[in-house]
Amino acid sequence: MNEAWADRWWKEEGIFSVDASQSYAILLAGLFAIAAGLVGSVALMKRMVLASDVISHLALPGLGLAFLLKGNPLAGGGATLFLGTLLVWQLQKKTELATDASIGVVFAACLGIGALVTPQEDMLEALFGNFQKLSLAGFLLGVAAVILVVAFIAAMKDRLILDLFSHDLAAATGVKVAYLDLGFLLVFSLTILVGLRFMGALLSSALIIIPAATARQLTGRMAQFVVTATAVSLVSVTVGFLISTLILKTSTVGPTIVIVSVLLFVMSLAKKK
Amino acid sequence: MADPLLSVRNLGVAFGSRIVLRQLSFEVHPGDCLAIIGPNGAGKTVLLKALQHLIQYQGEIHWSQEARLGYVPQSVAADRQLPLKVRELLAAKAHVLRLADQEMVQVSSELNLSPEFLSAGIGTLSGGQFQKVLIAFALLGRPNVLLFDEPTASLDELTEERIYELVYRLQTQRGITLILVSHDLSLVYRYASRVLCLSKGKVCMGPPKEIMTPEMLEELYRAPPKYYGHIQEH
Repeated sequence: MNEAWADRWWKEEGIFSVDASQSYAILLAGLFAIAAGLVGSVALMKRMVLASDVISHLALPGLGLAFLLKGNPLAGGGATLFLGTLLVWQLQKKTELATDASIGVVFAACLGIGALVTPQEDMLEALFGNFQKLSLAGFLLGVAAVILVVAFIAAMKDRLILDLFSHDLAAATGVKVAYLDLGFLLVFSLTILVGLRFMGALLSSALIIIPAATARQLTGRMAQFVVTATAVSLVSVTVGFLISTLILKTSTVGPTIVIVSVLLFVMSLAKKK
Repeated sequence: MADPLLSVRNLGVAFGSRIVLRQLSFEVHPGDCLAIIGPNGAGKTVLLKALQHLIQYQGEIHWSQEARLGYVPQSVAADRQLPLKVRELLAAKAHVLRLADQEMVQVSSELNLSPEFLSAGIGTLSGGQFQKVLIAFALLGRPNVLLFDEPTASLDELTEERIYELVYRLQTQRGITLILVSHDLSLVYRYASRVLCLSKGKVCMGPPKEIMTPEMLEELYRAPPKYYGHIQEH
């Protein structure tokens, strides 16, 4: 490849053009991958993978309403996401209720309402996301959210370990387990929100779950597990993004990212821990 | 007599319409070894959880300010697949309680936990080893009260004997107060200074020799007692 060709390709393709708003979007996707890897490894150990999947769908009614009313999709999705998270937390606390069943009802309701209110032409974007340019303010908000997620996991690491081992022993040690659960659910939702714009309501939780499941196949040590999950998540986003933009030439990057992460998971099955 | 370490007044616990504990009152003094006995479903584990404020209850549970609790549960539904080493688990508790590093070293040496043992994954431990981890976990923070919920329920006799010897050693060496739930009446007879028996509608408390009479036990368990106090009495 000679330099003149490379220079022309670089400029004409426009994929890596010096447009700052696109750089922000790419950078935030990378940061989302890091947050998703961290949060996903804890979610997998907490055995709340299914609940996690449902949480991401909680954004759908808000997204649909925002599209319908020409509002900000992230604000709409975020509003129902956090309201739904509080609802899931309440359901989890009431142990006498069949939590799975209750969460299943919330999930179905969100999907139904979301499908009803979302205009047909915006449905694909709501479900699978769209890789668009990002303003500086949006980027900074995303960075702040990711910093919050990483800071929470780092600060609560020991409490989370105790809670993972035994809810009762954590509580007996003085850990406020109900609030720890709420904190983690909120951090989980925040991560989903960061990824919502380019992964969509259906796929944003996939990047939280699949890299963690992959990492679990590769290592039996906690620190390595968390680092590997984060790395797998980052590789999935990078490779998926490159394939979507360079080869498939589509702005719907979510499905490709998910397929890359699934392929990495399948590859991980070949390795015995 | 010294002030009680624990004072329980009119304790009641109910789950919905099912009443598990009703109007329970007792005291525990420093150095006591209180054994809680009773048939399945009598509320022994519920009582231990209520004493630690882990579940909702009615009535009054008052611990003296000096009381520092350690808890060894009956079982831990820990995910054996959890990628967690013994050392990481103990360190997590030490960090949460802001304990000095030296404390973990002390507890490890007290229980003869080797570096290899500390580096083992919790999923690879045998029942006895796992129980030892739970005891080490409970001892972090220098508790002066240990609450044991059937610490040897799933262990073979030899391991059970070793765990009880360890518990007894801790009690005598550290002067720890013990509150112990056990099904093994021989061991209760041997180690307990007082016995609290729980049964539906009946509560009694006193020294083992007074409480653990064949008649009382038959009434408590609705079956002839099987224990060997005369052999193992010390």
